[in-house]
Amino acid sequence: MDIFDFSDGREGYYGDYGGVFLPEILHATIEELLECFRECKADPKFWQEYVALLQNYSGRPTPLTHLENLSRELGGAQIYAKRDDLNHTGSHKVNNVMGQGLLTQRLGKKRVIAETGAGQHGFATATMAARFGFDCKIYMGAVDVARQRPNVFWMENLGAEVIAVEDGQKTLKDAVNECMRDWVTNMADTHYILGTACGPHPFPEMVSWFQSIIGLEAREQILAQTGRLPDRVFACVGGGSNAMGLFQGFIDEPTIELIGCEAGGEGVGSYMHSARLAYDDASVGVAQGYKTYFLQNDEGNMNETHSVAAGLDYIGVNPIFSHLHDTGRVRFEAATDAEVRETLKQTMRTEGLIPALESTHGFVVALKEAATMRKDEIVIVNMSGRGDKDIFTIADALDDAKWKSFIGGKADQYRAEKK
Amino acid sequence: MGLQSFIAERKKVKDLLVMAHVVCGYPSFEDNLKELEIMAEAGVDVVELQFPFSEPSADGPLFVHANEQSLKSGTTVDQCFELMAQVSARFPFKVLMMGYYNTAFKMGEDVFIKRLKAAGGVGFILPDLPIEEAGSLHALAAEAGIEPIILMTPTSSDKRLAKLGAASRGLVYAVARKGVTGSKTNMGDDVIGLIDRCRQHTEVPIGVGFGIGCKQDMDFLRGHADMAIIGTAALKIWEHSGADGLRAFFKEMMA
Repeated sequence: MDIFDFSDGREGYYGDYGGVFLPEILHATIEELLECFRECKADPKFWQEYVALLQNYSGRPTPLTHLENLSRELGGAQIYAKRDDLNHTGSHKVNNVMGQGLLTQRLGKKRVIAETGAGQHGFATATMAARFGFDCKIYMGAVDVARQRPNVFWMENLGAEVIAVEDGQKTLKDAVNECMRDWVTNMADTHYILGTACGPHPFPEMVSWFQSIIGLEAREQILAQTGRLPDRVFACVGGGSNAMGLFQGFIDEPTIELIGCEAGGEGVGSYMHSARLAYDDASVGVAQGYKTYFLQNDEGNMNETHSVAAGLDYIGVNPIFSHLHDTGRVRFEAATDAEVRETLKQTMRTEGLIPALESTHGFVVALKEAATMRKDEIVIVNMSGRGDKDIFTIADALDDAKWKSFIGGKADQYRAEKK
Repeated sequence: MGLQSFIAERKKVKDLLVMAHVVCGYPSFEDNLKELEIMAEAGVDVVELQFPFSEPSADGPLFVHANEQSLKSGTTVDQCFELMAQVSARFPFKVLMMGYYNTAFKMGEDVFIKRLKAAGGVGFILPDLPIEEAGSLHALAAEAGIEPIILMTPTSSDKRLAKLGAASRGLVYAVARKGVTGSKTNMGDDVIGLIDRCRQHTEVPIGVGFGIGCKQDMDFLRGHADMAIIGTAALKIWEHSGADGLRAFFKEMMA
């Protein structure tokens, strides 16, 4: 099944979802991008260059680790983690960003802009821009700037300008709007490095294509290590790029179950979550350039969303997943904030691994289901990002008293230095 | 009378028509009525009523703020249509719905057109709905005698303008420059060139918008465009100097 074969349907549509809903002024820019992307996708040299760049700069291929302790402790399926946390900058975001960096060169553009929620994508984009020599501006909701200072610190030190967006809820969706506003003004020299498989065509396809490297590697690795393919594959879903990346390695095998794990926040019925497909609160709408399931009210205005993981805290989901949800090819589950905290502790203590809060959502569901499966079954979960560099957020989430007292001491020290 | 014939009638007595803009429910519906009364007195020809949306990605800071505040104060689609019905019955100008596609999509395209028609609206401007996605809505609009306002832009190729021209009805909205609503546009050869290029591809009247804010802009457009579209500038005046300021502003703009 080639989900990107549009010959039977409308270009850029996955079932009823996707499309291009942008102001007319961007029409030519999107056409130019689509044409350039088609050339890149058809050019085997481009993919080779992309893989070489990731190997030499970001440490790919990332390992596939058998989580023997957890598997034994739970007594069910054998659990394997795809270690995209070991990428440079600490998450899978760098895959897409390096790919789009090469594409920006082909487009002949000198400036890049990006939205960021947790800061992972902004961090990766700032890194790429430094490496490629692009001017770089990152838009980030003011609320996220306040809760993710370490990533802002790195972006700025890497030479990017970080703009705190004060509109709307001051989070990821508002940063996306602000990128659109920059792009409609500066499209002549600027490429918009969209960070996930959302937005107008060709972004969902393009981001999925770059991220497919995760699934290609994982498939080879699981075959090499176990001699067979997995039974179930899990990944967290915010916009959905890491999940699309991993799932593409297995989507053509109908017996392999694919499970997308959304942010359940405070749970069903709380309206404080970001579960578009696992819960029943979302409906189909059009915003931010594409048609998909959004968490919105009856009049089409977006609702507030929530997650302990800023990177999953988003109103929409990639249109490919809306389609695969309808067809039943991907099953969607949600992990609550409370479950994420517990699973993170368990994973740290049992395996010595620190998944990002985002990725831990995948672990919650994977561990829950693995425990009910047979010992000779295999599951893979995407460890799409590492948590250790988000120490402030995780210490907060775990409500760590010693950390708080340390920060209090630091604050006193800075205050004293100021005087 | 449809929008296009209305414009043709008005053009017999004045050389540059004016379209003005309010964001429904911002600062309040009472203020909207006061603004619209001043616009009617000044002889404004067409008014776009913007239905607020939570993700107004084609708008600049002032309208973004207006959309947000209006929604925060509880503005609903029902109230926007009520305002439309009220003003289209009371004032001589024609009324358009302006907003984002999700508002229409969520209520259903057929319901949207029916309600627009019932409220006395003559057309709509949905900047995030490109013609490729607009087939069914435009067909429903045509049946109801409602005009979809097409946007033509400085980045549109001739091939694209031809396509847009073929879909244009009632009025074309020529976007004077790149960017979002609200910043200044340097009126010059670029804008004239754009209007000329648009004319080659459509028979319908052309309104020019984005960054129109002073008398010089109006003088510049006279003889080139059929209509000047004034958005952010009027709201700015209303916020800074209220009813008297707005009256003086439109008087000067339309002198």
